[in-house]
Amino acid sequence: MIKFLIKGLIRDKSRSRLPIIVVTIGVALTVLMHAYITGFMGDTVEMNAKFTNGHVKVMTSAYAENMSQLPNDLALLEAGKHLEELRRRYPDFEWTARIQFGGLVDVPDSIGETRSQGPAIGIGVDLLSANTGEPERLNLKKSLVKGNLPVRPGEILLSDAFATKLQVVPGDRITLIGSTMNGSMAMHNFVVSGTVSFGIELLDRGTLVADVEDVRLALDMPDAAGELLGYSAGGFYDDDHTLAMADDFNASYKDSDDAYAPVMKGLSQQGNMGMYVQMSKVWSAYISLVFVFAMSLVLWNAGLLGGLRRYGEIGIRLAMGEEKGHVYRTMIYESVFIGLAGSLTGTALGLFFAWLIQTYGIDISGMMKGASVMMPTTIRARITPMDFYLGFIPGLISTVTGTMLSGIGIYKRQTAMLFKELEA
Amino acid sequence: MEINTMITIRNLEKRFPVGKDEFIALRDINLVFGAGEFAGLIGPSGSGKTTLLNILGSLDVPSSGEAVVLGYSIGNLNAKQAAKLRKEKLGFIFQSYNLLAVHTVFENVEFPLLLLNIPKDERNRMVMDALEWVGLTGKVRSKPPQLSGGECQRVAIARAMVKKPSLVLADEPTANLDAANSHHILKTMETLNRELKTTFIFATHDDKVISYLRRKIFLLDGRVDKDEVISAR
Ligand SMILES: Nc1ncnc2c1ncn2[C@@H]1O[C@H](COP(=O)(O)OP(=O)(O)OP(=O)(O)O)[C@@H](O)[C@H]1O
Ligand SMILES: [Mg+2]
Repeated sequence: MIKFLIKGLIRDKSRSRLPIIVVTIGVALTVLMHAYITGFMGDTVEMNAKFTNGHVKVMTSAYAENMSQLPNDLALLEAGKHLEELRRRYPDFEWTARIQFGGLVDVPDSIGETRSQGPAIGIGVDLLSANTGEPERLNLKKSLVKGNLPVRPGEILLSDAFATKLQVVPGDRITLIGSTMNGSMAMHNFVVSGTVSFGIELLDRGTLVADVEDVRLALDMPDAAGELLGYSAGGFYDDDHTLAMADDFNASYKDSDDAYAPVMKGLSQQGNMGMYVQMSKVWSAYISLVFVFAMSLVLWNAGLLGGLRRYGEIGIRLAMGEEKGHVYRTMIYESVFIGLAGSLTGTALGLFFAWLIQTYGIDISGMMKGASVMMPTTIRARITPMDFYLGFIPGLISTVTGTMLSGIGIYKRQTAMLFKELEA
Repeated sequence: MEINTMITIRNLEKRFPVGKDEFIALRDINLVFGAGEFAGLIGPSGSGKTTLLNILGSLDVPSSGEAVVLGYSIGNLNAKQAAKLRKEKLGFIFQSYNLLAVHTVFENVEFPLLLLNIPKDERNRMVMDALEWVGLTGKVRSKPPQLSGGECQRVAIARAMVKKPSLVLADEPTANLDAANSHHILKTMETLNRELKTTFIFATHDDKVISYLRRKIFLLDGRVDKDEVISAR
């Protein structure tokens, strides 16, 4: 009997191959969609991570409390030693020192008089050391509008709009006027190596990007850093993992009431980012749910149609004396088989495409000239554990439910009508 | 009751609800069929032939009165018991063959035996016997779409006969066949009736079928109009 059913299942393409293909496509789309949404939502978070928050940030507890004011007088000392410790303890993260600072940019004319002036926000990042990943992280090369990236100490990048406002071109000298760690006035000269445009209003209004060593020199912050940022080597922010790491790190300092002791804060523990992360989780769940629901309807319908289409066959089997319960059960076994086969291949297929998009990305830089950073130039999917089982909800459950519901027709069906139906 | 009484129908009435009213499809039916009969329900369209066949086949139940088939009172069987009766004792032949299209001739004929859990060797023998009765041993591996209408109906006969049922119910079995094929399958059924002592009851208005019958029960508006037994043929 089982052999008979399997033969029927395999030979009847509209009973096996077609539904399996439908389920496969539906499941693959669900998985891919979820991975894509997760990737897309995650990218916004990643952008913020890259520019300001890191996946985690280590700073003094005093700095942490006033983070929005960029209080470099509360910066972490012995940054090199701390970086080393972080690299040793958490080798699955990439660690780098940054200094965010505010100041005034003064552009002198040929005799040293002020030609133009403007307030600026700067970041000191590691541009020049051997294995720094920072220029790539900030997408500097693609954001370059004029000139070059800094290649030697003393060079600086200006946002292009700011440079235009100050009437500065690459090669010009500017003076940064700021305050040192100790609160006294600092003045330092830079040569503009190039201008950049990030496509982010906030950054393009007046931003400086300089090598962190130059900033230390300018602001008299030897071996200090406002922030040590950590980036997961995997490239994606993982809230749970990161917060666990932060707890682990902070535990080593929990007895210290030193305001200059380091604290580690995950991205979601910094300012509004917590809300963002939460929101992206909610949205990803919400959109996935809608998609799962839609696919469920489709697959359920396919299950229903499959049942209806087999009315004739089932009628014959009932007339031959097969019990209704038996017919019903075999239909459900078949749908479990179809749902499983489709879900497995669909999940594999969806994961494969998601992996492709995760690894290679879809390059949309052509569509967004001028290299914006906030809108990533490559869309990347992101595979999460959920993608391994999410597809089974529409794939297996809906297919089987659809069959169950259509199968109720078997019970409702009057055997008295069999002859008439079979005559048709 | 005689030992070879197959079917006893007493005061049978069948009513169908039609809107708020009832339509009486069969009324006052009293018939007895013995084992080995080759009988036909004959009558114009709408006279109640299929309705009566349905009841005898345990696919429907009488509204009142009684139909006892092989000792089972059809009105008192539950779905399971009715399925068991069909599975073990009854064979059906339909106007439109109703074969399973993706299964081979062999598998179509084998199906009733699978329901009966008959072991494989015996099953193979029985299927081949049945195909021999209908002259289709050469088409064992063919599938219904590759067969002619006459061949399909012969497969259907083999399927109905393979388990050697006590009773075969055939509703307009020749309606889709030409004259030559009709005679062919009728001769086959006549032979099986004679050799296996299987009772056949037809529903038909086809003269070709009628000419083979040894008992003609004429239905008119749900009543038995005439019940003729042809003694010798
Ligand atoms: N389920 C039903 N509901 C209502 N009326 C029905 C039902 N089944 C049959 N009838 C009616 O009962 C009558 C007898 O129907 P039946 O199918 O038995 O006729 P028949 O003799 O087989 O006709 P035909 O030669 O056209 O097949 C018809 O008038 C039909 O409309
Ligand atoms: Mg009829």
